[in-house]
Amino acid sequence: MEHRSHLYGVMGEFTTPEELIEAARKVREAGYRRYDAYAPFPVEGLSEAMHLKRNLVPMITLLGGLAGGLGGFGFQYWVNVSSYAMNIGGRPLNSWPAFIPVTFELTILGASLSAVLGMLALNGLPQPHHPVFNVHRFSHASTDRFFICIEARDKKFHLPETARFLQGLKAHHVSEVSDD
Amino acid sequence: MSAGQPPLDSPEIRRLTPVLGPGYTFGSVTDKISAIVLTRPTSLGWFVGFAIAFSLMGMMTIAIAWLVIKGTGIWGINIPIGWGFAIVNFVWWIGIGHAGTLISAILFLLNQKWRTSINRFAEAMTLFAVACAGIFPLIHTGRPWLAYWMFPYPSTMGIWPQFRSPLIWDVFAVSTYGTVSLLFWFVGLIPDLATLRDRSANKPAQIIYGMLAMGWRGSARHWHRYQSAYLLLAGLATPLVLSVHTVVSFDFAIAIVPGWHTTIFPPYFVAGAIYSGFAMVLTIAIPLRKAYALEDFITMRHLDNMAKVMLATGLIVAYGYFFEIFMSLYSGNKFDVFLVQQRLHGPYAPFYFALILCNILTPQLLWFYKMRHNVAVLFIMSIVVNVGMWLERFVIVVISLTRDFMPSAWGRYSPTFWDWATFIGTIGMFVTLIFLFVRVLPAISIAEMRELVAETSEENK
Repeated sequence: MEHRSHLYGVMGEFTTPEELIEAARKVREAGYRRYDAYAPFPVEGLSEAMHLKRNLVPMITLLGGLAGGLGGFGFQYWVNVSSYAMNIGGRPLNSWPAFIPVTFELTILGASLSAVLGMLALNGLPQPHHPVFNVHRFSHASTDRFFICIEARDKKFHLPETARFLQGLKAHHVSEVSDD
Repeated sequence: MSAGQPPLDSPEIRRLTPVLGPGYTFGSVTDKISAIVLTRPTSLGWFVGFAIAFSLMGMMTIAIAWLVIKGTGIWGINIPIGWGFAIVNFVWWIGIGHAGTLISAILFLLNQKWRTSINRFAEAMTLFAVACAGIFPLIHTGRPWLAYWMFPYPSTMGIWPQFRSPLIWDVFAVSTYGTVSLLFWFVGLIPDLATLRDRSANKPAQIIYGMLAMGWRGSARHWHRYQSAYLLLAGLATPLVLSVHTVVSFDFAIAIVPGWHTTIFPPYFVAGAIYSGFAMVLTIAIPLRKAYALEDFITMRHLDNMAKVMLATGLIVAYGYFFEIFMSLYSGNKFDVFLVQQRLHGPYAPFYFALILCNILTPQLLWFYKMRHNVAVLFIMSIVVNVGMWLERFVIVVISLTRDFMPSAWGRYSPTFWDWATFIGTIGMFVTLIFLFVRVLPAISIAEMRELVAETSEENK
């Protein structure tokens, strides 16, 4: 990717979740695609306003759970039937009901680990630094302020126009976000 | 119930006992909760409490060191009582943990708003209780340095653990439970760690919280996946928490020992676990809200609801006790009938009656509105229930093992100084961890409280 400039984007600040949702909807309607909203808690209705649909976390969780369960049962089967088979009073080697508790626990373990690690990986976390942290007021994003940042790599991005557009959405403190 | 009391769940009651005190904003809940960690000077009381708890934990360390040097002979266990305090305490601690998961997962799925201000420290309580529980089976092996033998690893001897044994199920259930509880707790903490990172004034705190927050920036795209991961974790933790005490009860129920070999064990163990867990949440919540003036966040509504859950699970436990006796008598199995007689008239009968007093009779006071709204009564009650639940495990383990099939195999059990030192020491460790937790991490989820502010402000419109 070519190096465009030292500008990451333009950021506007909002004071209520309602303003944020309204602004996010208008940003999208204006044709911007490379933008993000920032909030100190999950704002209800924001995902819909931003048309966020694709979410791979449930699929990753399902796969992790299946791997844990099938792997867990398969492993116990292999141990008891093949690797370390013990004939105890002629009882069946594949005594599957006795394998269920461990299979169940490993299903949960596999699913939980993949839910959390999958969520972090898809979110690109841990990420030690991000350009939005360059904006001084952004430290309020984890307390009581809401932000929208339109990124410079968006096709429609044009610095003065985009900044004016954000101001038109009644954003406070519209500021440039530098890239380093 | 008193006549003048307004009907439950009426708007009047909601107004009188809200889940959040009036007048809070996103900023003010953040200020109030993060101030406990960041700006408030550490009180003398904290240091005194911590010193006491830490000394007890030191006692535990000494007791365990002595155990490693001398072996399990320093405890009161001997044939026929091979289990003794180690298993009593293990089951007690692991049960206490269950309320944390119930509050954070099941009440989350049921969309109960009152869970918000108590879930964080209840989850912490779960983790610390599981840590205390884990110590006991480990040191009970006598050679804890060989504990890894319980895990399946490719050994040069070519042998594997016995997957048909409930003791191995326990290893998997408890280690999964510990791991998933930690994940759930940590995922919930990420946004709050970001808040602490942004608000702390000194560099080391910024670096530590910053590393733990992993660069969380509150992006809507992140929240989108975060919420689905959190919901999935809650959905996964719900069957998990029910399975853990079920598996613990299998340790008993799969054996043929009289008094253990019953099908009622799994549900009645799970109910007992939640019962003792809610008691422990109350034991922690009541001093916590007092010490840090959190009465607006942990309101009477929370205490009232927890008391009701305690009453309900206590009744399930009472049902379990009743049917234990009924099924023994109804089966006509002479060993089972004899065991019931031993519980009522044997050498450990006082423990059984103390158990009935603590777990069944005393909690009936919770039927009364006035009792549920009396903080001192609730605090004492929570301790009584915890004592009762400990006695329950003592009765189950000790009476059955001292009176099995042949009189020639009978015995007596009494704990030694080292048994008590280890047990009280783990209580010290638990309290130490709680004290540290309250000091360095937000005891109430800040992000969820902001969400609650948003929801309640919408309701009031």
